[in-house]
Amino acid sequence: MIYREAGQFRTTYASDQAIFPIPQDRWFVVFAAVAAFVIPPLAANEYWLQAVLIPFLIYSLAAIGLNLLTGYAGQLSLGTGGFMAVGAYAAFKLTTALPQLNIVVVFLLSGLIAAGVGLVFGIPSLRIKGFYLAVATLAAQFFLLWLFNKVPWFVNYASSGTITAPNRSVLGVIVTGPNATASVRYVTALALVVVGALVAKNLVRGRVGRSWMAIRDRDIAAEIIGVRPLRTKLLAFGISSFYCGVAGAELVFLYFGSAETLAFDITLSFLVLFMVIIGGLGSILGSFLGAAFIVLVPIFLTNAPQAMGLSLPVALQKQFELMVFGGLIIFFLIVEPHGLARLWQITKEKLRLWPFPH
Amino acid sequence: MTELLYGIAVAPFKDMAGSPAFFAEVLIGGVFAGLMYSLVALGFVLIFKASGVFNFAQGAMVLFAALTLVGLIERGVPVALALLLTTAVMVALAWVIERVVLRPLVNQEHIILFMATIGLTFFLEGFGEMVWGANVKKLDIGIPDRSFIVAGIQINQLELSAAVTSAVLVAVLAVFFQRTRIGRALRAVADDHEAALSIGIPLKTIWMIVWSVAGIVAIVAGIMWGAKSGVQFSLSLIALKSLPVLILGGFTSVPGAIVGGLIIGVGEKMGEVYWGPLVGGAIENWFAYVLALAFLLFRPQGLFGEKIIERV
Repeated sequence: MIYREAGQFRTTYASDQAIFPIPQDRWFVVFAAVAAFVIPPLAANEYWLQAVLIPFLIYSLAAIGLNLLTGYAGQLSLGTGGFMAVGAYAAFKLTTALPQLNIVVVFLLSGLIAAGVGLVFGIPSLRIKGFYLAVATLAAQFFLLWLFNKVPWFVNYASSGTITAPNRSVLGVIVTGPNATASVRYVTALALVVVGALVAKNLVRGRVGRSWMAIRDRDIAAEIIGVRPLRTKLLAFGISSFYCGVAGAELVFLYFGSAETLAFDITLSFLVLFMVIIGGLGSILGSFLGAAFIVLVPIFLTNAPQAMGLSLPVALQKQFELMVFGGLIIFFLIVEPHGLARLWQITKEKLRLWPFPH
Repeated sequence: MTELLYGIAVAPFKDMAGSPAFFAEVLIGGVFAGLMYSLVALGFVLIFKASGVFNFAQGAMVLFAALTLVGLIERGVPVALALLLTTAVMVALAWVIERVVLRPLVNQEHIILFMATIGLTFFLEGFGEMVWGANVKKLDIGIPDRSFIVAGIQINQLELSAAVTSAVLVAVLAVFFQRTRIGRALRAVADDHEAALSIGIPLKTIWMIVWSVAGIVAIVAGIMWGAKSGVQFSLSLIALKSLPVLILGGFTSVPGAIVGGLIIGVGEKMGEVYWGPLVGGAIENWFAYVLALAFLLFRPQGLFGEKIIERV
């Protein structure tokens, strides 16, 4: 009743092919986006912005990137952390070499560099499939991090081996670095992720996305009907790495402030993969839901024992968190293997009929 | 440029020819290290063969087994009894995993099961350390970490015994797979789940057995690695070291795990000793992966994996 499409007739191709054909959906999304831009910077405090919302947005972008590759094109990758590191280090090198360059342009350029690296490491996907490919992408993960650790040029010969976000401003407002306020960084991350999601959504609706899905569902059949595997797979690797690279650059510039390669190790790759799987493979909305889940659960686990009046020793607390986190992941996979996006879909179906049972 | 080429193509071989004893030492060190990787890779292969699950938790199982064993010994349990108890714990773990994780996820896509085993990894790491403590423990199994010299070549006693153990283990597994009733059932399940079910092989029991066997292999690997480098959190990371072994040998081949382990072990040691200094060392983290990748480009199914035949 609340949510229905009966009586809504589409009379043009344009309205039939819209991203959100149902007005309720469209208005909801527009309203949510506007609210996301306006409310948190005004209402949320520093802690919420810094510890929850900013990482949520950045991880969402990375999850969208991996979802394009794994969810849509069907290529399992464990090298996400490495590609994100490429973005971060490229952004650092670019902005220190060319300080006058707009920081948003720097983010996009570093995404492009990451895309280039992704293309190179995507080449084995032409011969190798499935888990063999997943293990092969680990080569990217380990090799790239080793490279950034070993070659001091990447960190501008800093003895600490860390990269630090310098102060950079856009239109007179400081966006990155130690002097940037959390609200500004939040709005920047939000703007990037909104644009990124919109582009991704349109990509997967169009020719490119269809060819990705064809390759995912049955690659030989896809090849026979004229989808070129080389181009399609490499395109998936490139675009996915672009998203991951931008997200990696944001991670250092908008969230951590400074980082070393440890921040991009294999745990990060797994986290992003968790987001994609728990959110839902092959769903842009799922990337957001999964990122929210993975960001919120550890915070909840850290605070839950205190809220219940228990005080655990630090080490025990950490192990407990690890254990419950692992358990929760298994639980979610069992309850809904198709992810949170599927739950959302089911809810929508139910809302259509509500309050009538049939 | 010529210097670099010389460093890559000439100097290492000159070094090898210059001191054959050292070369042999590196070679043997590589073989031993490779066998240790094979031990972990074996656990992967067993489970992948029988249930098609890529069990990322194998490393965590190694850690968990080693932690349990050391924890029991530290609490004054005799070694033999502790071993028995650890085996019982691993079998119980296999039962729980089959009931709680695998059974509800039957028929799901491979990637879902893979993610579930990563969840299992987190769970086991947290659980093991919560029960037994997170500090580094020494595992003393009575074999001294000493070296003796044969024909001018240093051989580490501990590594030698690890090598012998893995050889024995592989032989036992081979007999188990080829000569026993259960082994035959296991091979049937590996071949075709549905066909095996239809002739009355109890799939659930088989899975439990496979996970138990993988658990026991994990104990052996845990003992060997624990004796070598102490029982600590990083034990669970050896799963990552054995993955290149796995793709090199093929996911479904027991001999492949052994041969792959040897190639990776020797290649890694050689690369580190002779070519590592060229690029600043510490290459063992990724060298094995690149080596495996180079092999895969020519044989996508690994050295001994089943040939991939695809039809529309």
